[in-house]
Amino acid sequence: MPQIVVENLCKSYRVAVRKPGMWGAIRGVASREHRVVQALDSVSFEIDEGELVGYIGPNGAGKSTTVKALAGILVPDSGTCIVRGRTPWRERRAHVAEIGVVFGQRTQLWWDLPVRESFELLGEMYRVPKDRLRRTLTELVDVLQIASVLDQPVRQLSLGQRMRCDLAASLLHTPPILFLDEPTIGLDAISKPAIREFVRRQNREEGVTVILTTHDLDDIESLCSRVMLIASGKMLSDGPVSALREAVGGERRLTLDLEDTHTEVTHAAARLVSRDGARVVLAFRPAEVSTAELIRSITDKHAIKDLTVEEAPIEEIVAGIYREIEGA
Amino acid sequence: MSYSLHLYGRLILIALRSRMQYPASFVMQLAGTALLTGTEFVAVWALFARFGTLAGWRLEEVCLFYGMSNLGYALAECLGEGFDKFAQQVRKGDFDRLLLRPCSTSMQVAGSGMDPMRLGRLVQGGAVLAYAAVSLGGAWDWLEIGLIIGCILSGACVFVGLLVLQATLCFWTIESLEIANVLTHGGNEAAQFPFDIYGPGLRRFFTFVVPLACVNILPGAVLLERGPTLGIPAWASWGAPLMGPLFFLISLRVWEFGVRRYRSTGT
Repeated sequence: MPQIVVENLCKSYRVAVRKPGMWGAIRGVASREHRVVQALDSVSFEIDEGELVGYIGPNGAGKSTTVKALAGILVPDSGTCIVRGRTPWRERRAHVAEIGVVFGQRTQLWWDLPVRESFELLGEMYRVPKDRLRRTLTELVDVLQIASVLDQPVRQLSLGQRMRCDLAASLLHTPPILFLDEPTIGLDAISKPAIREFVRRQNREEGVTVILTTHDLDDIESLCSRVMLIASGKMLSDGPVSALREAVGGERRLTLDLEDTHTEVTHAAARLVSRDGARVVLAFRPAEVSTAELIRSITDKHAIKDLTVEEAPIEEIVAGIYREIEGA
Repeated sequence: MSYSLHLYGRLILIALRSRMQYPASFVMQLAGTALLTGTEFVAVWALFARFGTLAGWRLEEVCLFYGMSNLGYALAECLGEGFDKFAQQVRKGDFDRLLLRPCSTSMQVAGSGMDPMRLGRLVQGGAVLAYAAVSLGGAWDWLEIGLIIGCILSGACVFVGLLVLQATLCFWTIESLEIANVLTHGGNEAAQFPFDIYGPGLRRFFTFVVPLACVNILPGAVLLERGPTLGIPAWASWGAPLMGPLFFLISLRVWEFGVRRYRSTGT
């Protein structure tokens, strides 16, 4: 029995359309035109206990709508969602007691309070027994290395420190499920891996189920065994990271170093990715043209110093998918 | 319930502490509010010095209504600060954060702010009520004193209820909430005077819709042995202050309805 079951989840918003200019603003007061945006269009998936799932998609694709519904904040139009046997939005208070949520853009802590007092207050809100809270906190403070900031008010913390404190806060009541919404956004090169390592350990050692939405594909590649891709409210792909590559036809890269910096290199089945002096990068799908065939037809026409063939990096795969979606 | 109260207490202490970071400025502002609201009463006093009575009511009698209403309003302004400033929370998107915690939303909003500065009005209301008590002969027994205290607390319930309703409006629009002040501040302005000086529409509105008359003039008239007022018999006037807590409970139900709407529109 999966821990999270989502079936045919639908949600649409009515968005007020404002006409540009002064006249539009005036007309907007009298009669507001609305546009219906389908944020979730029959989304279904299942997540088992202990999984670490990445959830990606362009802005406005429906990621946060899904997370909000799973967290019990938002009531969808139709569809079902069962998390640990409960419908989140029907039993909000019982449900939120069993999940942890971190929004990268927004802190769960009290801005003016020393971190330690925020933790104590949250402990009381979640009714964590005092001695258990102390034990959990000692552990989290140690692993996240936040002992030195515990007595500072949250507003004085750096983004990296704050994020680590927010992670600790979300786990005070030892929830079996953790939702992370862009937990590494805006972080420096040292903080990011630290956060990732912590999430990995929570997942592996404590068995916490993690759902991670992100724009940082490094998060996905270094953490997730499975990735779900959503766009325009529809689930486009769901599976291992390699399946995402399949989803775009397993594009490959051919990098060429030419003898001559001025010749144009083209092929009917290949797309030019970049051109930098004598270096040309082409993208192609092995289904359309075999690697050998492509190389032969190019070497027939041009003088080549060197060449390499590789799988496209995941950032570019996703960027390509996003481009396709926006173009469609 | 008791746990909610305990948490509310914790939240309020935190809100107060961040307010009290500068004690000197706090004392100055408290004195400022007391003075400012004090001058409001000077206008009433001047009115009676010139005309003697108002529709048959003497200054001492009006002071009873004035004092009770202002004390209730002062308590409400102080306790309802979180609801009063709720539009800011919605605008910043902080309301989602409250929904993520296993606690009632109204308790968390109530606990998010307290404005002790507003207690300056308490000084003014207290002084006016004390004047009414002394000049009306001080012949009130314990039951009647209990009724006055009940009226004040009940009045606070009505005003906090109004603030809750004002905050609930934020789930539909966060623009032009000033309109709600007409009911809170305006309600207090109106309740300072005996309601029978107003027209029938306004009278009915403040008796049956926003029951400020029920926590003010109706029981007040009983104390002043005025007989039936606003067409309500005296026996009912004794129970009228119960309308205050009832209004508050109804406003909380409306709040819950607003929260449900917020959660289905996600705006």
